[in-house]
Amino acid sequence: MAELTYREAVRDALARAMRVDDRIFIMGEDIAEMGGSMGVTQGMLAEFGPERVRNTPISEIAIVGAGIGAAIQGMLPVVEIMYEDFLTISMEQIVNQAAKHRTMSGGQVTVPLTIRTQGGAGWSPGAQHAQQLESWFVHVPGLKVVFASTPEDVRGLLWSSIYDPNPVIFFEHRTLYPIKGEVPDELEPIPLGKARVHREGADVTVVATGRLVHESLNAAKEAEQDGISVEVVDPRTLSPLDVETIVASVKKTTRCVTAHEAVAQGGFGSELAAVVQYGAFDYLDAPIERVGAKFAPLPFAPVMENYVVPHASDVLDAIRRTVAHA
Amino acid sequence: MTPVAQVEGISREAPRLSDGKLRELFREMLVIRRFEEKVEERFRAGELPGFLHVAIGQEAVASGVCAALEAGDVIASTHRAHAHTIAKGTHINAIMAEMYGKAEGCSHGFGGSMHLYDVEKGNMGANAVVGGGLPQIAGAALAFKLRQEPRVAVAFFGDGATNTGAFHESMNLAQLWKLPAVFVLENNGWAESTPAQQQLPLAVDEMEKRALAYGMQAMEVDGQDVEDVHGATRLARKHAVSGLGPVFMNVRTYRFTGHYVGDPQVYRQKGEVHQLWETQDPLELLRVRLAMTGEEFERIDGEVTAEVEACVEFAKAGTDPQPEDALKWVYAEGSLERG
Repeated sequence: MAELTYREAVRDALARAMRVDDRIFIMGEDIAEMGGSMGVTQGMLAEFGPERVRNTPISEIAIVGAGIGAAIQGMLPVVEIMYEDFLTISMEQIVNQAAKHRTMSGGQVTVPLTIRTQGGAGWSPGAQHAQQLESWFVHVPGLKVVFASTPEDVRGLLWSSIYDPNPVIFFEHRTLYPIKGEVPDELEPIPLGKARVHREGADVTVVATGRLVHESLNAAKEAEQDGISVEVVDPRTLSPLDVETIVASVKKTTRCVTAHEAVAQGGFGSELAAVVQYGAFDYLDAPIERVGAKFAPLPFAPVMENYVVPHASDVLDAIRRTVAHA
Repeated sequence: MTPVAQVEGISREAPRLSDGKLRELFREMLVIRRFEEKVEERFRAGELPGFLHVAIGQEAVASGVCAALEAGDVIASTHRAHAHTIAKGTHINAIMAEMYGKAEGCSHGFGGSMHLYDVEKGNMGANAVVGGGLPQIAGAALAFKLRQEPRVAVAFFGDGATNTGAFHESMNLAQLWKLPAVFVLENNGWAESTPAQQQLPLAVDEMEKRALAYGMQAMEVDGQDVEDVHGATRLARKHAVSGLGPVFMNVRTYRFTGHYVGDPQVYRQKGEVHQLWETQDPLELLRVRLAMTGEEFERIDGEVTAEVEACVEFAKAGTDPQPEDALKWVYAEGSLERG
């Protein structure tokens, strides 16, 4: 086992794949000499050269669209959208083109494109550099959506995303880049659509994504002091969703909290709540609690930003409410 | 023939076509014409579902461009896709079957008129979002360049598309990276019902300025003259495939019909369409040029009309998809082979 940061784990997946497969190239804004705005691709220009590590103009439509065209013609592009807020600019190409070519062509076209992006609050960038928009893409048939929360997961899932024959929107969380974790010496691909049970428990299941996986694990430790046993499940792939693992967990614990940094209204937690109530209705002992950001654009001042996004304390409060329910 | 205009650097010496080749192109353009007339007729008869756009008047653009391409070259088409698809080699049986939503259709009933695909023939798909295919043509060209394959990717689009962000980002990227792409502007002077003067700050015959602004080579082309279109495309292809960068073709053409089948065209001057038929019909211009006799025309037209009638019969006899087939192609299964 080796220890890698989340950032290094992303880079390791990219570099290992590019070493063995000429079809893979990466492109995006500032990814070459600068190594990406988050430093993920540092050193890759030197190893792979400017044909395969391509700085692009600030053209999110063309970055995604060119990725689609190259993918259709047999390449395995990994494009980077610097901040997921900027995915909004590429939406036409993602939603109308990448997601739909296969169906519109009656199965003739394959789009093996990976779109890496990152976001997340906690550093006061204001409203346009830290949104969490993953649920938008879960709504679109034809896309796969991944959101990894640990170094091991991000590496194994990115590898699988590159080799998935479908367009994958691959979310990374900004505040997770420095976290360290053990990873196997050999890269083990993690199949898309498989959840990870981070912690087993008996009283309540927290289904969490991204940064909130870590917040939920912290909340679980605190709940343990009160004698509450919390199971923490990270779906890792949001679409397709591992319904089986999540529903089985809630059937066991009889209570469910969903937790993500994105705005709660219309967030992925709403989908989870629907899936859980349908799959485990007769087992539920409390209403499903949704933890997410308050319904506001992210404000700049740290005290306000901190107020809007959820933390371990919010997850803990939700856990307590579900357990207290008569 | 109007010579291929030289805007910057590209030779005017377009190859000329033999009478035999021109007759072949005449026949293909007539297939497109009769096919689209039949589509209009069957739509009005209530047999065809959906939203249909014909390219009557623009046949020489599709035929001229596609005849100049090589095996392995790819195109991306628009919502006005029948002509491009026929010219790129898809049999009219498969296209008409698609109009009827049949499994034998070129998109197996999943696409319809605005989403005609034929990957085997190099048709990456017709796109119903104006400008939507352009970035993907840049990407296809990037794949060819990275693999050092002597292929070009060709985008068809209208003047309306030149106002989209996708157009400008694609042109910029293609020129920046010297991609083997050809941008074919089918400049008919209309964005749906909005005339050029209400949507373009440039005159229709100076639209190549948009390409020149990116440092891209550009040509003016007479879209009613199939030989001019063919010659210009040969030059553009040669330039693009040699690594010198993409080429923009400002192809002036005319839409003889409404934006869609059934469009009452309240926005158009009375007499305009009549005058276009009198002076700009690409089939009539070519027929006169070839000194084709009435007898020869009748013979070709008879064959073509029979082929088009047969494609309707083929389509009607096709297989209706099962409702649950709708979910068949949402995702590709499995994992790709490791490199």
